Amino acid sequence: MQFTFTEEQTMLGDSLLRTLARDKTPAALMDLGAGAALLSEADGGFGGTGADILMVFRTLGRALAVSPLLDSVVLGAGVLALAGEGDLAEQASVGAIQVAVALDEPGQRYDGTVGTVARGGLLTGEKTMVSGADTATHLIVSATDGVYLVDGAAQGLTVTSYRLMDGGRAGEVRLADTPARRIGDLTLLARPTAAAILAVCADALGAMEAAAELTTDYLKTRKQFGRPIGSFQALQHRMADLVTEIEQARSAVWNLAGHLDDEDRDRHVAATKSLVGKIARRVAEETVQLHGGIGMTEEYELASIVRRLLAADTRFGDSDHHLERFMALSAA
Amino acid sequence: MDMSFSPEDQQFRAEVRQFLVERLPSRLSEKVRLQQELTKAEIEEWHAVLNERGWLAGNWPKEFGGAGWTAIQRHIFEEESATAFAPRVLPFGIAMLGPVLQKFGSKEQQETFLPRILNGQDWWCQGYSEPGAGSDLASLKTSAVRDGEHYVVNGQKTWTTLGQHANWIFCLVRTRTDGKPQEGISFLLIDMNTPGITVRPIMLLDGTPEVNEVFFDDVRVPVENLVGTENEGWTYAKYLLTHERTNIAGVGFATAGLSSLKRIARGQVANGKPLIENPVFAARIAEVEIELMAMATTNLRLLAQAAAGQVPGAESSMLKLKGTQIRQSINDLTRRAVGPWALTFPSEGIEGANENTVPGPDEAAGATRAYLNNRKLSIYGGSSEVQRSIIAKQILGL
Ligand SMILES: Cc1cc2nc3c(=O)[nH]c(=O)nc-3n(C[C@H](O)[C@H](O)[C@H](O)COP(=O)(O)OP(=O)(O)OC[C@H]3O[C@@H](n4cnc5c(N)ncnc54)[C@H](O)[C@@H]3O)c2cc1C
Repeated sequence: MQFTFTEEQTMLGDSLLRTLARDKTPAALMDLGAGAALLSEADGGFGGTGADILMVFRTLGRALAVSPLLDSVVLGAGVLALAGEGDLAEQASVGAIQVAVALDEPGQRYDGTVGTVARGGLLTGEKTMVSGADTATHLIVSATDGVYLVDGAAQGLTVTSYRLMDGGRAGEVRLADTPARRIGDLTLLARPTAAAILAVCADALGAMEAAAELTTDYLKTRKQFGRPIGSFQALQHRMADLVTEIEQARSAVWNLAGHLDDEDRDRHVAATKSLVGKIARRVAEETVQLHGGIGMTEEYELASIVRRLLAADTRFGDSDHHLERFMALSAA
Repeated sequence: MDMSFSPEDQQFRAEVRQFLVERLPSRLSEKVRLQQELTKAEIEEWHAVLNERGWLAGNWPKEFGGAGWTAIQRHIFEEESATAFAPRVLPFGIAMLGPVLQKFGSKEQQETFLPRILNGQDWWCQGYSEPGAGSDLASLKTSAVRDGEHYVVNGQKTWTTLGQHANWIFCLVRTRTDGKPQEGISFLLIDMNTPGITVRPIMLLDGTPEVNEVFFDDVRVPVENLVGTENEGWTYAKYLLTHERTNIAGVGFATAGLSSLKRIARGQVANGKPLIENPVFAARIAEVEIELMAMATTNLRLLAQAAAGQVPGAESSMLKLKGTQIRQSINDLTRRAVGPWALTFPSEGIEGANENTVPGPDEAAGATRAYLNNRKLSIYGGSSEVQRSIIAKQILGL
């Protein structure tokens, strides 16, 4: 039993954190090999395990970096690699192309029902909340009969984009007889989606750690009634509860990282996403509360952490969605 | 035991309902239902409609131009207005300053300021909190030094809600530095157009510039703008806190929020069925509804006591605490009810986020904004921690 990272993983995490402190651009991340670390050697990278994903995304979460690594690499390159598109996967992992993965459709919640259809190599349908769609050079699109690859400049493809609460952008994607190439069946999506959920949870873990540190510091320095508010036992206990919850989230993330390629992966996905989502919301709410008014201001760093944590709960299904999945999987 | 409203009160409720049907523009109620921010003009418009009917200041005695309602009538009005998605009446002039001027203000102050609150000529904001004085309000430092017929005010207020729209601010200022901190505070009315005042907006995490910092640099305030006696301001501020608590639980807001939540949950589809039929989500809604039913009765029990002439005590802390928890849970469930579209974040205040077309149900953007914005409920007006301390001390004697 070993709950530690390899030397390479630790070094990458450290250098990522140092670099992100001064440069949060995607190019800087790619230069350090953060993208390649998310792909296995067989696919042209040098990592790709649960622990690699955990290390990279926890660091991104701590540094509050907005990056294409989740959509373009974990999901995008992940699907491409499994589809045997090794060249494209490698290009995505170094930022040479941008991949967006279009799965959800309007009117659906998190259940992934697909109505987009392919006829004679042409796709028609609508996709909603496609993260990174506006800058994508390539789109991976789920259709009723499999997974398709679409060129970002293809005919009949339109994207209207908008901002997300975590600082990224997404778009509504419309396909009208859009040329596409089938790259595999829908089962291709399972592992990359699970890996993406791990990435979101690890990112949330990093953001929760940042929120807890910020709040602990504030409790030590903010004075009311002539003393630091951290000297009030009521607040000490609240903070103690909170870091205990974060420790639970950490173990939940480890659980998923360690079982990402196991038979019972789905149960771990559901368990981890459900618990981390719930804890993320609680950390968001409690850290604002413990700050008082300052915690509600946009100028203060906590605001973007809070929105990131809420977004982490929402993406790929919230805590209740995964609670239900866990119930179904555990009953079986 | 009799849990029904009197025939007069039922008649009053019918009257309020009728009025709202006739006079509340759907243009406004739709915005409120979708939890969108109202403009200054829209708030003023609704105040004017209420004022025309004589209902803007339900809590004021008739002699001051108010409606002179009982606590129960005010409750009925607030509940009906909220469930009809009427804009809320801004508290600053009506609920906060009005009663203080009526009890402690000079005749001139009453005659000058009260009518202008009603007719919309003045927009008041509340200048209590300072960067260093939040929960510990008595530690406030903004100073007012007497200089002939003026006070010269220096210092800073913060978190001033809608101060960007205000032309007047009522402030707690320090007029004495020796003795107990509470004993050197005065209640001063300040014209926001006086030289030396600077207002700086503060953007909140929901992307709205709802609050402000207000800086005072040698601001000269005529002495006749002092309310009551110098150094007695703390008593007046406390009076305001204990006497304006009928709506502290926000029962009407919670009821309206719950009906919106159910409406969204009926429209959203989860695994092929309306979300409201999803056992997990339905349980979450039921739990909060059960809490609300009990809390509404706590509220009525306290109202009945008030009607019987008892001054509300520390029980109102329980109402604020529980009411806040319930409203925040409803905000949380509403945000989660809109599903993946809760991720959208159209916001005028945040760079790159000012798109007006976002996908998902109409309620999505407002749901996230309201969830974030209503984190304030447990922070302002005495934070939840402060309320718990009051309950522990004053009710339990701990
Ligand atoms: C959106 C918004 C609008 C507002 N509008 C106005 C306005 O219009 N006018 C105005 O004057 N003010 C306004 N306020 C200010 C509000 O009243 C203060 O934020 C509030 O008093 C808390 O003060 P603080 O923010 O300085 O937090 P602090 O007092 O610093 O509190 C920080 C944390 O410590 C806790 N805490 C403090 N003391 C204790 C204790 N003894 N025991 C246990 N816990 C404690 C608090 O509960 C909180 O969790 C507004 C605030 C917000 C957020």
